[in-house]
Amino acid sequence: MILRTLTLAATAVATLASAVPAMAEGGHFIPVMSYRTGPYAPNGVPFANGYVDYFEMLNHRDGGVGGVPFILEECETGYKTDRGIECYDRLKNNNNGAVVLSPWSTGTTYGLIEKAAKDEIPLVTLGYGRTSAADGRVFPWVFNFPATYWSQASSMVRYIGQEMGGLDKLKGKKISLVHFDHPGGREPIPTLELLAEKYGFKMNKLPVALSSLSEQKSTWLQVRKNRPDYVLFFGWGVMNSTGLKEAAAIRYPMDKMLGWWWSGAEADVQPSAEAAKGYKAFSMHGAGIEYPVFDSIKEMHAAGKGYEGEAMGDVLYNRGLVNAAYIAEAMVVAQKHFGRAQLTGSDVRWGLENLDVTKERIEELGLTGLMPVTKVTCENHEGTTPAALVQQWDGKKWNIISDWIPAMSDVVRPLVEQDAALYAKENNITPRTCS
Amino acid sequence: MEFLSDFFVAPIMEMVDAPEFLAEVIIAGLMSGVMYSLVGLGFVLIFKASGIFNFAQGVMVLFAALNFVGLMDSGVHPIIAFIATVVIMTVLAMAIERVVLRRLVNQNQLILFMSTIGIAFFLEGFGELIWGGNVRPLDIGIPDDVVFIANGTILIQEADLFAGATAALLVTILALGFRYTAVGRALRAVADDHQAALSIGIPLNNIWVIVWAVAGFVALVAGIMWGTKLGVQFSISIVALKALPVLILGGFTSIPGAIIGGLIIGAGEKVAEVYWGSLFGGAIEEWFAYIVALLFLLFRPQGLFGEKIIDRV
Repeated sequence: MILRTLTLAATAVATLASAVPAMAEGGHFIPVMSYRTGPYAPNGVPFANGYVDYFEMLNHRDGGVGGVPFILEECETGYKTDRGIECYDRLKNNNNGAVVLSPWSTGTTYGLIEKAAKDEIPLVTLGYGRTSAADGRVFPWVFNFPATYWSQASSMVRYIGQEMGGLDKLKGKKISLVHFDHPGGREPIPTLELLAEKYGFKMNKLPVALSSLSEQKSTWLQVRKNRPDYVLFFGWGVMNSTGLKEAAAIRYPMDKMLGWWWSGAEADVQPSAEAAKGYKAFSMHGAGIEYPVFDSIKEMHAAGKGYEGEAMGDVLYNRGLVNAAYIAEAMVVAQKHFGRAQLTGSDVRWGLENLDVTKERIEELGLTGLMPVTKVTCENHEGTTPAALVQQWDGKKWNIISDWIPAMSDVVRPLVEQDAALYAKENNITPRTCS
Repeated sequence: MEFLSDFFVAPIMEMVDAPEFLAEVIIAGLMSGVMYSLVGLGFVLIFKASGIFNFAQGVMVLFAALNFVGLMDSGVHPIIAFIATVVIMTVLAMAIERVVLRRLVNQNQLILFMSTIGIAFFLEGFGELIWGGNVRPLDIGIPDDVVFIANGTILIQEADLFAGATAALLVTILALGFRYTAVGRALRAVADDHQAALSIGIPLNNIWVIVWAVAGFVALVAGIMWGTKLGVQFSISIVALKALPVLILGGFTSIPGAIIGGLIIGAGEKVAEVYWGSLFGGAIEEWFAYIVALLFLLFRPQGLFGEKIIDRV
C-alpha cells in the first residue's frame, strides 16, 4: 500500500514537472516589477494595475498576441534599486525566460542596462531611466519612448515660452527647479542649463533630499524669497504632495507651477485637493476612462479578472496601460516580421526598434487620445516625435489643457548623442551602424 | 578667496539686509523642529523606560494615523476614532510585551533593538493589509491657513502653531507624569536596571505595556499632525529619519531634550539650507543635522540633557 502511494506520488510529481515547461512554451513571460507596498505604493499600485490589466485584457479577449498568451509574474521591489535588481535576477529565467521588462525605476534601469543587454532582454523605460539610452546605436536593448526626461524638460520650456508670448520673452525671467535629489530628479538638469543659457533665463536649482521629502520648508522658503516666474517641479511620491502643500502655503500661484509627468498623479494632488487647484503637470498620455479600450477592460473585469475598480483611469493606471500597449504592439510587429507567434527577447527587441504606432493603428487599438503617435528607429529609441501634453488639476480631476507640445529635439538630440558617445568610450562599446 | 567670502560674508550680509526673512526662516525651522520632536518623544519614552531603541517608532506613527483615518473614513466620529485608536495602540503595546519583550528580558540591548526592526516590518505590512496603500487625506479641523505678522513680512502656518501648542502640552504632561507619579518613578527605576526594579517588586511587564502604550499615544498625536500636513501615507514612517539627530542632540533619555533638540535641529538646518545650501549644491539639511548633533556629541556624549554615563570599573 505504502509502495503504491509512493509510486502515485512520484508519478504525480513527474507529471507536474514535465507540465511546467510545456505550459511555459505557450506564453510570453513578462516579469512585473511592481511596488505595491511602502512609501511609494500610492503611485506603484495604479501603475501596476494598468499594466497588468492591459495584458490580462488581451489574454481574455484575444488569447494574448498572435494566439500566444502573456504570462505575468509580479515581484515586489518597494521602489528600491537593490530589490529591483534582485527581482530581475530572480525572475529573468522563469517560464523559459523573460522576453521584455519594464523596470519602473530610474535607479533600477541604470543597474540593469548592461545585465539586460547580456541576457538579451529589452528594457522598456517609458519616459524615465537613462536619457541618452535614446541613442540606439550605443544602447540597442533600451527603449525610452515616447519622450525622455530631457525632451520633456524642453517641452516645458517651450510651454512657458508659449504662455509668455514667445521664447524670446524668457530672457531675464527666473525659473526655480525644485527636484528630487536622486538620479531621476537630477536627470533633466543638463538640458535645462543649456536652455537657460540659450534663452537667457535664470535657473535656480533647489534639490530636495530623501529625508526632506515629507518636510520641505527650507526649499519653499527659498522659493518665497526668490519669487520665480515659474517653478518646475520634479518630484516623486510624497515629495509631490508635500511640495504642493508648501507651495500653496506660501501662496505661490499654482498655475505657474509645472510638474513633470512623475508629479502629476491623483495621489500627488489629493492631499492638497482644493489648494492644488490650477496646478499643471506634463503628461505623455491622456487622462480618464473615455477611450474605447476601456470597454474591453470592463468586460475582462466583469469576467472576474484583473483589478476591477482599483484606480481605473487614474493617470498612473493609464501610464501602465500605455506601457503594456507599446509592448504588445511591438510583439505584433515582431510576429509579422519573423513569421512566428512565439517570440524571444531578441525578437521583441526588433519589434520595439521597428515600432510605428500610427494614428490609424491607435484608433484600431481603441487608444485614440490616450497614446501618442510613435515611430522608433534603430538610431532613435525615444521615437522621432517626442512631445508632451499639459494637464491641469481642477480640484477633483485632471483635465488635458493643451495639444502635444513638441520637444526641442534640435537641442536635446545632440546632448543625447554626446552623452551616449561618452558612455560608449568609457565602456569600450563600438556603436553599431544603423544604415 | 571667493569661496571664503561666499561662506562667511555673503550669508551674513543677506541676513542683515533682510532680517524679516531671517526671522521667518528661524520661526519656520522652530515649527519644523516641534514636528520632529513629536516623533522623537516616542523614541525617548521607550528608551527611557526600557533602554530599547525602538526602530519601529516611525512605523508606529504611521500605524496609529492609518487606524485613525481609516476609522474616520468608515464614518466614525473623530473623537470616537481617536479613543478607538488609543485602545488599538494599547492592545498593540500589550501584544508586543507578551509576544516579543517578555521573552527577551535581560537579553543584550542589540537583540531588543533587532526585535523592534521586526515589529516595524510587521506593523507596516499589517497596516497596509487592513487599510490599503492609498494616500488618505486627513481633515479634523486643524487650522490650515497662514497668518502674516510684522506688517505682512513674516508668514507662519497656523497648522505649525497648533502643532507647537500640542507638543508643549504633551511634553508638560509627560514630564510631570514622569517626575511626580508612582508610575513615572517606576518607569525610571526600570530604565536604570531591569533586575533591580524587579527585585523591589516593580512589575516589569506592566511597566513595559504602559510605556509602549504611552509611546503609541504620542505616535498617534504625531501621526495626526503629520497626516494633516501630508495626508496619511506610508511615507510618514520616513519622518523618523528626522528624529534621529534630534535624539542624538537632546539625549535619548530626556523629554525636554527631545524638544530642545528638535528646536535646535529644526532652526539650524533651515538657516543652513537657506543661506549656505547653494554653496554646496543644495540639500545640505540632510547631513547638516547630523553634523550639528556630532559637534554636540564631541563635548557632551550623552547629549544635551541625557543622563551622564558613569561606568564603575
